[in-house]
Amino acid sequence: MTQQTDKKTAWWMLAPLLLIVLGAIGYPLIRTLLLSFTNARLTGYSDPIQFVWLENYWQAITNSAFRESAGRTTYFVLVNIGLELLLGVLVALLLNQAFRGRAIVRALLIIPLALPTVVSAIMWRWIYNPEFGVLNALLTQLGLLGQYRSYLGEPDLAMNMIILADVWKNYPIVALVALSALQLIPKELFEAAAMDGASAWTRFWRITLPSIIPALTVVIVLRTIEAVKVFDIIFVMTKGGPASSTRTLSFEVYQEAFSSLKAGSGAAYSYLVVLISAVLIFLYIWLLRRQERQ
Amino acid sequence: MNRVIALEVRSRDRRKPIRLVSSIALYTAVGLFVLLTLAPVLWLLLSSISSTNDLTNIPLRWLPNTWDFSRFTRLLDPNGQGREFVAALKNSLIVAVGATIISLLVAIPAAYSFSRFRGAQSQLLFVVLGTYMMPPVALVLPLYSILASVGLLNNVWGLLLVYCTILSPFTTWLLKTNFDTIPLEIEESAQLDGLSRWGVLYRITVPLALPGLSTAAVWALLLAWDEFFYALIFTSNINTKTIPVAIADFAAGRAVDYGLICAAGALAALPPVLIGFALQRGLMSGLTSGSVKG
Repeated sequence: MTQQTDKKTAWWMLAPLLLIVLGAIGYPLIRTLLLSFTNARLTGYSDPIQFVWLENYWQAITNSAFRESAGRTTYFVLVNIGLELLLGVLVALLLNQAFRGRAIVRALLIIPLALPTVVSAIMWRWIYNPEFGVLNALLTQLGLLGQYRSYLGEPDLAMNMIILADVWKNYPIVALVALSALQLIPKELFEAAAMDGASAWTRFWRITLPSIIPALTVVIVLRTIEAVKVFDIIFVMTKGGPASSTRTLSFEVYQEAFSSLKAGSGAAYSYLVVLISAVLIFLYIWLLRRQERQ
Repeated sequence: MNRVIALEVRSRDRRKPIRLVSSIALYTAVGLFVLLTLAPVLWLLLSSISSTNDLTNIPLRWLPNTWDFSRFTRLLDPNGQGREFVAALKNSLIVAVGATIISLLVAIPAAYSFSRFRGAQSQLLFVVLGTYMMPPVALVLPLYSILASVGLLNNVWGLLLVYCTILSPFTTWLLKTNFDTIPLEIEESAQLDGLSRWGVLYRITVPLALPGLSTAAVWALLLAWDEFFYALIFTSNINTKTIPVAIADFAAGRAVDYGLICAAGALAALPPVLIGFALQRGLMSGLTSGSVKG
């Protein structure tokens, strides 16, 4: 058992994973980068491929459709993550209280998480249905809505309704992480603070929140990385419509590469998404490593 | 005089009404949470067994006049209307199970290496984690041409291999945090008895880590069952389409039978939701330990 053989074993044990990561993620990433400097077409193997260097990037940045989809993605991410954070913390605080049936109620959080995204998308699309949807019926019968609305048919409304559906599906992960962080806070801390006359409000801001913020930061960055990539829920619910009002960056890339068949500029579009993701991924890893050291 | 007495009574019993009010508030909030979590899913189930007449009735009927369970038998009939759906179930099953098995075989030694050996290679953990989070839009074009050139485009095995690139870094990460919790002493004494590192891994660590392994396997299955983007682009016929793509197709069709879409969604959601519910304790701890403790 020398150090030397251990070192060799360590690498051999990693080899298959590294092969996959380098071959199926690293290599394609580089190929996409090269592709983004060309005018390649998806099916155009007969045309000669020419290097156009940064033209695709320039075209993307100056293209108002692309800029608008970047804006819509930003809106989607900010509102989505804000709501998930708010709802996640509130629900975690609620499920951390003592009440009858707590175990089973907590377990319900797994349902939205386990539900396949596409199923969640068709479910919400059916709920939002302008004629037969249950949301219109419910709001009208409660007297909150005078006239049936087309939730996914009005450009001003569609994105917000998709966000609500996505929040419902994904906030439980924030809640679960917050809940498990809450359970790690020593009870004596609250008791001592209460003895000192700290109000519930003060205890929340001074003890609860600071204790769960590290875990929350990690999960929020993780969710942001996911949200930037949003594609499936939009594909199923609106296909980017109405009037492009729900076209996000991933959708734009998909259209450019697989509908317009412009592989070159599609690759350039996707690399702009990579840049945004890379910043977030670095942030995520930095946070994780900082926690590991503590 | 009376007022003074009243005040005294109130102040003596002050805690009781407050406790009552706060417990009413607590149970109301819990009820609201349960309702918001369950109602959309229950509506999906209810819609799947309501007759088409009831579904398209305005004003909406909350409970159907006629129950219609036939959609499920139709969907699961491989010789009739359910041909596509059953085929998609089969494809999803092959891809999810196959990719999970391969990924675990790759991830077990890799996670062990990351967990037990210090050295240059241990820094790669974060590279692996980072690349796995890259948006699929950045990889899809080269993967498309690689699959096309080896004849695995529109092939279940091709999709299975692509899924290994997502699942193996993810399961490595989950398993690494799990292996970290297994005490070293047992392994060390086994090594003194002459067991090699590989021997230690498969005879000692893996049996001890079985709960963690099953958690990682279930997360991998859920992830593969849910994946949409690659499946949409890499598969195009009945022999290869997976469940999410088949459901999106159903929902995009011209002749929309809402009940049938809901039934398909319910069937597709059943396996992951049941598994998630059965294993929720392990799933939650597996998931949150990654974010809380890093």
